[in-house]
Amino acid sequence: MFSEITKERWRRFRAIKRAYFSLLILCAAFILSLFSEVIANDNPVYIYYEGKSYFPLVSFHSGREFGQPFDEEADYAKLRHDETFRARAVWLSTPVPHSPNTADLDQPGVPPYGPDFARGHWLGTDRLGRDLFARLLYGFRLCMIFSLTLIVISAFLGVVIGGVQGYLGGRTDIVMQRLIEVWSALPFLYVVILIGSIYGRNFAVLIFVMSLFSWIGLSYYMRGEFYKMRDQTYVRVARALGFSGPRIFFRQILPNALTPVITILPFTLIGGISSLTALDFLGFGLPPPTPSWGELLQQGLDVIREEPRITVVTTIALFNTLMLATFIGEGVREVFDPRSRHRVE
Amino acid sequence: MSEVVLKVEDLSIGFARDEHDGGDKFTAITDRLNFELRRGEVLGLVGESGCGKTVTALALLRLLPSPGGRVLGGRIHFQGRDVLQLSPPELRKLRGSEISMIFQEPSAALNPLITIEGQLSEVFAYHELSEAPGVLAPEKRIRELLNRVGFADPDRILKSYPHQLSGGMLQRVVIAMALLLKPAIVIADEPTTALDVTVQAQIMELLVELQREEGTSVLLITHNLGLIAQYAERLAVMYAGRIVEDASVEDFLADPLHPYSQGLLAALPDVTRRKKLQPIDGQVPRPAEYDDGCRFRDRCHRRQEVVPAGACERQPPLLPLPARPERSVACFLHHSTSAENR
Repeated sequence: MFSEITKERWRRFRAIKRAYFSLLILCAAFILSLFSEVIANDNPVYIYYEGKSYFPLVSFHSGREFGQPFDEEADYAKLRHDETFRARAVWLSTPVPHSPNTADLDQPGVPPYGPDFARGHWLGTDRLGRDLFARLLYGFRLCMIFSLTLIVISAFLGVVIGGVQGYLGGRTDIVMQRLIEVWSALPFLYVVILIGSIYGRNFAVLIFVMSLFSWIGLSYYMRGEFYKMRDQTYVRVARALGFSGPRIFFRQILPNALTPVITILPFTLIGGISSLTALDFLGFGLPPPTPSWGELLQQGLDVIREEPRITVVTTIALFNTLMLATFIGEGVREVFDPRSRHRVE
Repeated sequence: MSEVVLKVEDLSIGFARDEHDGGDKFTAITDRLNFELRRGEVLGLVGESGCGKTVTALALLRLLPSPGGRVLGGRIHFQGRDVLQLSPPELRKLRGSEISMIFQEPSAALNPLITIEGQLSEVFAYHELSEAPGVLAPEKRIRELLNRVGFADPDRILKSYPHQLSGGMLQRVVIAMALLLKPAIVIADEPTTALDVTVQAQIMELLVELQREEGTSVLLITHNLGLIAQYAERLAVMYAGRIVEDASVEDFLADPLHPYSQGLLAALPDVTRRKKLQPIDGQVPRPAEYDDGCRFRDRCHRRQEVVPAGACERQPPLLPLPARPERSVACFLHHSTSAENR
């Protein structure tokens, strides 16, 4: 399935320990974060109450079933601290017994509260009493999914647009290039604010606005690669043998022009994470109460004298994520560097 | 005389002066070329670098770099059709199955990421088998041809990537690829230039042998008169975008007519006689410098013999000799100066 060259590249990537372990850690963290609901949730995994078993993580139970006076879903955050209820039930929580959007204000003092292991706040809470760890975890998942979606879209757009420019060349290329230059001069932040104020701020709108611009850098690389490749002899041979244009584009040129795409992708990931964090920090990102790192940083900054913990923890998380992605990017670039390419025998 | 399969008439090819300008100003690279290729023959197209040989070859398949290159005029007759008038789908069918091409550098002629097997079988993916009469099963044809070009173990070759093979091996694969669909014409553009001398002879023998077996016509483009002398039946000498002489190889070697042809032969190394090589003085004019006169006149040592003096300021037409109609030459030494361009 994979060619020898790909296998060899994978071997070389694994030999670069820093990049390889960064990839493992980041992948593991992302996969773990996909199961955030099982890690940090108000709903316990299991309740045994009055001779019956309940699995609130996966099934709906009304408050009445646990003696609360309403038909909506039971308020597990409240039940957790209800001594009389707890005495009559078997209760198994998730490792962090808090959802990211639930304020746990049922304690003395004013939030942000410090770490409280008994209540399950491993890193304490934010200014609204919401669990910091849960918000970091859900925020991480959100910005990873955001960036990965962005990568797919911008890789696709960049490859197609840059490829068409380079492949066709001439007037088409010049006209498109001028349009792209004009396009890239649009101030990104204004577009975000404008579109956000018209269509509302949500995940899809943000992805849309970001992908309006994120493909441009990649399209420059692809344009250059296609320009270079289309005059390669094997492309001319393909043409001389009667291969069709699209097949030459996708089968003959594209696989040979993918190097810049692959080397640039980890850095697109970094760009996506940073942009989303920055937008959230400025308040133009996802609307509250969406858990996000930018919003945490912004909160943390407000209380940095009294409670630097929020800022410190969020910064460490952000720093580590970006660092891992950078290491991966460096490794990939090194593997694809033709100057150190080994012959495959 | 066998049937003519390809007839080129007044073919002029131009390149845009400014690539991005794309449209209007073209410098003519070749000027009203006329030649024909007969069934089953090897026609040599010889000339020094930059005289328009490769561009001519590319134009025959409409493969001129685009944007930039353009056919400015003329016709290319192939089996009752004008190649220049074909629609893109017709053109795609023509390429590979009726006219195919072998390029100069075998090491660059194959896609580095695809196995030999992938590249060879891909040729069939683009052409209906019906376009290639006589080819029954792709698998069989590939193996048969690889055997014919001298691979004892086709399976090993099929599984290889281009970088695992040597230049000579690659060129043999490329030849097999060009012949897969039994084309009527193979255009071989400097097929051996990038190879070792020892491999050159081997590849040429192979090409000519296959050409005879399959009844293919070959347009052999080269700057190497030695190859032409050995493997071609007829040749056309190009100089600065024009054909200056057209003759059978035998006649040509015995008695080159055009002063440039004479110069070419005198400039050939001769190992046995150790005579001094005679270079042709001066330089080929650049396409931008082409004018209405004979393009060789500044380097011509027999210019003084032309009567009346100054006749070379006009373009000598390529015409058959009055006494020997099978030979054509474009020089006023052999024609009266009243001869007009066709």
